[in-house]
Amino acid sequence: MKMVVCHVTLLDGSQFSCEVEKRAKGQYLFFQVCDHLNLLEKDYFGLSFKDNAEQRCWLDVTKEIKRQIRNSQWQFVFSVKFYPPDPSQLTEDITRYLLCLQLRQDIASGRLPCSFVTHALLGSYTLQGELGDHDPEEHRLDYISDFQFAPNQTKELEEKVVELHKSHRGMTPAQADAQFLENAKKLSMYGVDLHHAKDSEGVDIMLGVCSNGLLIYKDRLRINRFAWPKILKISYKRSNFYIKIRPGEAEQFESTVGFKLPNHRAAKRVWKVCVEHHTFFRLVSPEQPTKTKFLTLGSKFRYSGRTQAQTRQASSLIDRPAPAFQRTSSKRISRSLDGAPVVNVSDYSQADGAGENSPALELNSDSKSQQVEVMERPNADAATSITSETAFETDGAGAPQRKSKLRVQGENIYVRHSNLMLEDLDKTQEDVLKHQASISELKRSFMEATPEPRPSQWDKHLTGSPATTLRLQTHGVPQNTPPRPGTDSRDASKSAEVKPEGNEVIEVVEETVVIEEVVKAKPKSSTPEASVPVETEVKEERSLSSDSESEDEAEYHAQPPSTSISTQQIKEEPEEEQEAELSQQAPPSAIESQPSAEAADPGPAAEEEKAAQPHEEERTDKPLLTPDEAPNGHAPQGEAPPSPQTAAADEEEPHIVNGSASRVETEHLPQVICCSEPPVVKTEMVTISDTFAAQKTEISTKEVPIVHTETKTITYEAAQLDGNGDGEPGVLMTAQTITSESLCTTTTTHITKTLKGGQSETRIEKRIVITGDSDIDHDQALAQAIKEAKEQHPDMSVTRVVVHKETELAEDED
Amino acid sequence: MAELMSGFGCFTHAMVRAVPQSLARDALRSGGLEVDLLKVQEEYEEYVSVLKHRLGLEVLELPADEALPDCVFVEDAAVVCGDTALVCRPGAQSRRRETEAVKAALTELGLNIVEMTDESATLEGGDVLFTGREFFVGLSKRTNQRGAEILADTFKDYAVSTVPVQDALHLKSFCSMAGPGLIAIGSSEAAQKALKIMQQMSDHRYDKLTLPDDSAANCIYMNLPSKGDVLLHCTPEEFPESAQVFEKLKDHMLIPVTNQEKAKVDGGLTCCSVLINMKKNI
Repeated sequence: MKMVVCHVTLLDGSQFSCEVEKRAKGQYLFFQVCDHLNLLEKDYFGLSFKDNAEQRCWLDVTKEIKRQIRNSQWQFVFSVKFYPPDPSQLTEDITRYLLCLQLRQDIASGRLPCSFVTHALLGSYTLQGELGDHDPEEHRLDYISDFQFAPNQTKELEEKVVELHKSHRGMTPAQADAQFLENAKKLSMYGVDLHHAKDSEGVDIMLGVCSNGLLIYKDRLRINRFAWPKILKISYKRSNFYIKIRPGEAEQFESTVGFKLPNHRAAKRVWKVCVEHHTFFRLVSPEQPTKTKFLTLGSKFRYSGRTQAQTRQASSLIDRPAPAFQRTSSKRISRSLDGAPVVNVSDYSQADGAGENSPALELNSDSKSQQVEVMERPNADAATSITSETAFETDGAGAPQRKSKLRVQGENIYVRHSNLMLEDLDKTQEDVLKHQASISELKRSFMEATPEPRPSQWDKHLTGSPATTLRLQTHGVPQNTPPRPGTDSRDASKSAEVKPEGNEVIEVVEETVVIEEVVKAKPKSSTPEASVPVETEVKEERSLSSDSESEDEAEYHAQPPSTSISTQQIKEEPEEEQEAELSQQAPPSAIESQPSAEAADPGPAAEEEKAAQPHEEERTDKPLLTPDEAPNGHAPQGEAPPSPQTAAADEEEPHIVNGSASRVETEHLPQVICCSEPPVVKTEMVTISDTFAAQKTEISTKEVPIVHTETKTITYEAAQLDGNGDGEPGVLMTAQTITSESLCTTTTTHITKTLKGGQSETRIEKRIVITGDSDIDHDQALAQAIKEAKEQHPDMSVTRVVVHKETELAEDED
Repeated sequence: MAELMSGFGCFTHAMVRAVPQSLARDALRSGGLEVDLLKVQEEYEEYVSVLKHRLGLEVLELPADEALPDCVFVEDAAVVCGDTALVCRPGAQSRRRETEAVKAALTELGLNIVEMTDESATLEGGDVLFTGREFFVGLSKRTNQRGAEILADTFKDYAVSTVPVQDALHLKSFCSMAGPGLIAIGSSEAAQKALKIMQQMSDHRYDKLTLPDDSAANCIYMNLPSKGDVLLHCTPEEFPESAQVFEKLKDHMLIPVTNQEKAKVDGGLTCCSVLINMKKNI
């Protein structure tokens, strides 16, 4: 085997050399470097090289080095590729230190412009980090001559740096680095990757790719900005680079903006950087790779590494003592925890399902076996089974670990459900494993639904996300008398919780039904819809990125267009169907005579996923399944002859898919409303849409995809008899349906309030349709949807979640 | 701990300039209205008194210059952010020399002075909205792209985005900051359009306070020690509906300040002062 020596310039300016096989892939070298640096949070970093035109190119870790560098030297630079918007969220100090080194370079080179004061302040933190406290004896004026704080360093600046350095006394190197980053991250050009271009009129501009989107500069002025949610498609053709823009409130049509790059390679480079940044910062997991076509035009390049969300999750599993490392100038040991740097990567690698071959843990896109699988399964259900297997591979090993982690948190009510499901399923070992993987996946998404809590998280997640329907039923009973057992299955838990203060206590049970529709981007083969296998984990698959260097053009659909109710898309686009349901009995909570101002404690909903997941898996060969409402009775229904409720549920499915709210509501009413007493009719208007509005706030800003809100109220004036023999009859007081619609989500809230004896019962059923394609983590979106629902009704508890997910398979590729 | 971009609205000094008698007759105006000089002077005195006595700022008063009828509107002559002052180059020819006295005074205060030497550049402070995290510069009859570029070169830490201004003299004729991250914005189509652009251009999220009257959206926010959030805004006499909107800001110390007469020569509340923070943050 022919070996080559690679030379890598590290962030502190030192050189690292290592021998690699001539045909080695980029990741081999990259991992060598990361090992040398003792770096675990490596996803933010990359290796670059200069191409023949002296342009900096990122080394694709999934491909052979030799084929990328061509005739250039085996000379690389290790640097930050994705600048974390909030460096304080990095797990390890060593990662922050490396980021500091990168930023010091950026500042000194002028790539990151700063004012005088900022140069001085950042310089002073550099000194504190590298030299420790200012020492008047040791640190004479020329002690800083080794440092470059600015592109044009003046005596005045150095004096200011020293003055500020004195004020940092007592700060540890790690603290100084953190302060450095806290300030540097606020700079407007932090993490902006600039590319020269011309606009359509030939005017010189700069394209700046960053975590939030694409910035357009003319000289130093920002003249436009396209946030990722605004961008539908990124493409390039010859030396042109195009972005397709989502229509705004006023516009009806998508528009495409084109830029002229100096040459073809430059166009491709900016396109690649956009694809990578979009995936890393915007998506939860990398996009599914496009299936290999017989005749392929254009680049199939996709970012195949981990996204920020994934790397954060992986980092949270890092379990090693803070590694000792040397800061360059001082050669002092930082935070030396005596002993050699010990790397404990066990959790880390396991989480990635790598196990035996640790360098592969990060990038499995080149795995031969996967490719073979793709080739070998050209028949009808190939597309889905491949997807599921790959998903299984990626997630299988991680699952048990996640599970145990979750158990620690004590949210294990639904483990029972999960087990139940597993026992009842007549499945192969593989299916069971896959099942477990999905459970833990969904659990995880519930537990860690919001890595960065933000008011607009909901919108952000759902923009361009798969179609998801969430139906949420809330069910409250104010008790003037002690609860009667057997009103329905829920009463069992209710009776346990009668509040001493008695009369005005309302117990609330909330039911949530989630229906998720996934529009799969480009499945290959066709399968009758009814027998489509179900797959939640589609998005977890790592891309098999292969980037032919000869292509002239490529497209990348950043945010596939979506409609609020996906009727259109269902017709046009291949889909896959999936559904799951769960029920939950949570401890009732008390609220004061406001049954419609519901709320749920945060605990229960987090658990729902566990119950939800089994159904998703179970649905493999039954496309339409809605188990009945009994908390424990729904598991085996997949194979069982449909009970009346199941039949009803099956019937309503098509309506759910099409987003028709009212029909479903009427079908559910009988289960909810019981009446026998004299009709006491009272109408109360509850506007959930106001809650929405309140969250958005009048003052809300960009990227809120809520376009309009429609409110429909149905009030029943007379009592209705309950056909289901739900035990205790009651009087329907109010029932209403409220629909609110946004660009890609439709929320239907149905609230019924009934009087049963002395109790009043409120039930809220909420259905949310999220439309989009497999670009996004559905589980995440689902978790988010349920979280949202809970937040809206913090005093109610969620009793049931039904997930229905659809992805149709198309006849052929688009 | 020293930190960049902190302390939005913290000011210690205010620079103002007295009203010249020539204002009544010669000051530029879009409406062609008669101006009562006496009333303008009363308003000015009230304004200065609020800054000095009510808020305890160090007020630096420049003498009026009869040759410069618009000189009371000092805001247009300089943009001060942190320890740096950019001396503008007003788009209106008759106002160019206003910057001389302003520059001298700012130099005396010890600020780093940056001048616009480029003859092709124009910039008036009324077109510069600083939000605490970034600048928006209105491209108007008075401010051009080159002027905005020089501003961007002067304040390198911040993003500087340009916003086309239509149907108004300056960007701040219909907007201003009413708090940290809170943009006061008028209701006119032009104002709303400008706000949309600003929101699209920004990486940050801003709340907005929508005022029925565009002119009322020009207010002055400060964050002062022992006073907290302070807002100088229009009076109910001038803009009854807008004044009511301001009154909803419960956490602000609200100070209505009369501006009726100066409005006739397109002067807003922000126009009459340059606010400076001399307390060394770093």
